[in-house]
Amino acid sequence: MHMADALISPAVGGAMWAATAGLTVYSAKKLKENVDEHIVPLMGVLGAFIFAAQMLNFTIPATGSSGHLGGGMILAILLGPYAAFLTIASVITVQALFFADGGLLALGCNIFNMGFFPCFIAYPFIYKKIVGEHLTQGRILAGTMASGIIALQLGAFAVVLETLSSGISELPFSTFVLLMLPIHLGIGIVEGLVTAAVVSFVWKAHPETLALVTTSTPGKAHSHKPLLIGLALCAVVAGGMLSWFASTHPDGLEWSIKGVSGQEELEAPKAGVHGAMAWIQEKLAFLPDYDFKKPAEEKGGKPEEGMAGKEGEQAGKGKEEESWPAVSAGKSLAGILGAALTLLMAGAIGFGLRRYYAQGKGIGRRPSL
Amino acid sequence: MGNIESSLLNIGYLETLSYQQTPLHRLDPRVKLLTTLIFIVAVVSFGKYEITGLVPFLIYPVVLIAVGNLPPGYLAKKILIAAPFAFFIGIFNPLLDRAVLVQLGPVGISGGWVSFASIMIRFTLTVSAAFILIAGTGLNAVCLALDKLGAPRIFVMQLLFLYRYIFVLTEEALRMVRARALRAFDGRGLGFGSYSSMVGHLLLRTLERARRIHLAMLSRGFEGRIHLLRPLHLHRGDVVFFLGWSTLFVLLRRYNLSQWCGAWIMGLVT
Repeated sequence: MHMADALISPAVGGAMWAATAGLTVYSAKKLKENVDEHIVPLMGVLGAFIFAAQMLNFTIPATGSSGHLGGGMILAILLGPYAAFLTIASVITVQALFFADGGLLALGCNIFNMGFFPCFIAYPFIYKKIVGEHLTQGRILAGTMASGIIALQLGAFAVVLETLSSGISELPFSTFVLLMLPIHLGIGIVEGLVTAAVVSFVWKAHPETLALVTTSTPGKAHSHKPLLIGLALCAVVAGGMLSWFASTHPDGLEWSIKGVSGQEELEAPKAGVHGAMAWIQEKLAFLPDYDFKKPAEEKGGKPEEGMAGKEGEQAGKGKEEESWPAVSAGKSLAGILGAALTLLMAGAIGFGLRRYYAQGKGIGRRPSL
Repeated sequence: MGNIESSLLNIGYLETLSYQQTPLHRLDPRVKLLTTLIFIVAVVSFGKYEITGLVPFLIYPVVLIAVGNLPPGYLAKKILIAAPFAFFIGIFNPLLDRAVLVQLGPVGISGGWVSFASIMIRFTLTVSAAFILIAGTGLNAVCLALDKLGAPRIFVMQLLFLYRYIFVLTEEALRMVRARALRAFDGRGLGFGSYSSMVGHLLLRTLERARRIHLAMLSRGFEGRIHLLRPLHLHRGDVVFFLGWSTLFVLLRRYNLSQWCGAWIMGLVT
């Protein structure tokens, strides 16, 4: 569920960074106000516990696969929402830096998807409501299952929305939702079961531990008014940024139009097939013409204009809404040549630098693995 | 299991790489963090069909790997390991977007393949930039930079704590996994029952450890916050590094270097 930098646009990444930064500052402030300092080492060690617990797994009967703890809900239950949010944020940061699980720009999205929903939605509104003040085995199970599943579904849905509004992936909304939600339903069920097992284990072995944590975040701390105001502000800022980007990069808007029409195509496949056939026909008719023109193209960049016109025409007929780049053959050939050349240059510079530093500055051997 | 252990070792290796003394490692961590972020934003801000404009950006990882004496093969392997997510989301593009975008002789390349290639290039660039940041700086210095740049202190402390205890607790978990594997014959005992009590025990040990750590910190005069007083000074080299790369990124974002080179060569040929 970690999103990569390659799949998001700066507008979405920046907006989610802003939202996450706001939540982090807010959580840090809340934590400073009403929690004693013993939580600081507890947070650090529990974050590391999430990593460690992911090394343990169990075989799921009859499927051949194995499940393990994801971690968001258990942190929220043990630490309360604010400390848990900060802990999840740090875990995801380390994952991004050391394992490339999600990139640095996508960090905002990832922390929001995996931290905000369990800590600020599922924990106060579902887990707390179900479990209440008096713990029982059944309530713990019901509470963790419901909150685990809902937190993961919301997170997965947010992944879909963020990816689609970035406009890099071509997946239509319905397909993407159908891909993500069922997978995360399965993961959510496993997560809920594991969380329930661990929480009830701790509850039986060390009941005072759970009591300690739950009392250290008093109920009145769940006034979400400042949080909502902060989120509204973030949304306004994000909206402003988004519209600015949209006006400088019209392709994003075009894409969204295309996304809508793409869905129409799914509903009326006949038109799509028909369109494709027409397009293939056109392409076949176009080829001899192209071959004939080839020698002319080699003489110089002249035919570029004509080619671009043809190309644009063709694209226009094939897919009405695809008006993006009318790239000409000459131009793309030049582009590929140039890219290869720059690649070579970059390699040569790197090699030269390495030689220079190895000789001149006498850098020792690299530490070996 | 061997897999997990080697991935743990990998974290350790990234950390070891950051102990080197090279021009890259001597730079101010703030400068490296900010430059990395600018690089990523510049790369990601391209349109979805951009390939040629992205290629020149490879100069940044290449130069930093060379100057920082980092192992390219190892970094490439790490990038490959991280690739599946971007790959599986990106691979839908060629299936869904079939309009021909580029015509190279008789071969038409569809927009989907172009945008897929673009996604993979972006992925390589952004991920390598993140790895270079950590291998050329080290997490402790990155945390220091975060603190100086105004991130909440408690978050920075949390990162430092987390990083310190990942190794300790992961080794503890690995011992448990090994012990269970040695006692599980024919796959028995690998089910949910033993798993949940293992995780529960690990959690109890963790909580106990947190209590001991807290006591140890209290006895050393901890009063709610960690002091990260290591002075950072910006030198001329740092400023040059930052301004130089940022200018280059803006220029490369603005002008397509590949296209220019290609046009120049075509001009020479004809």
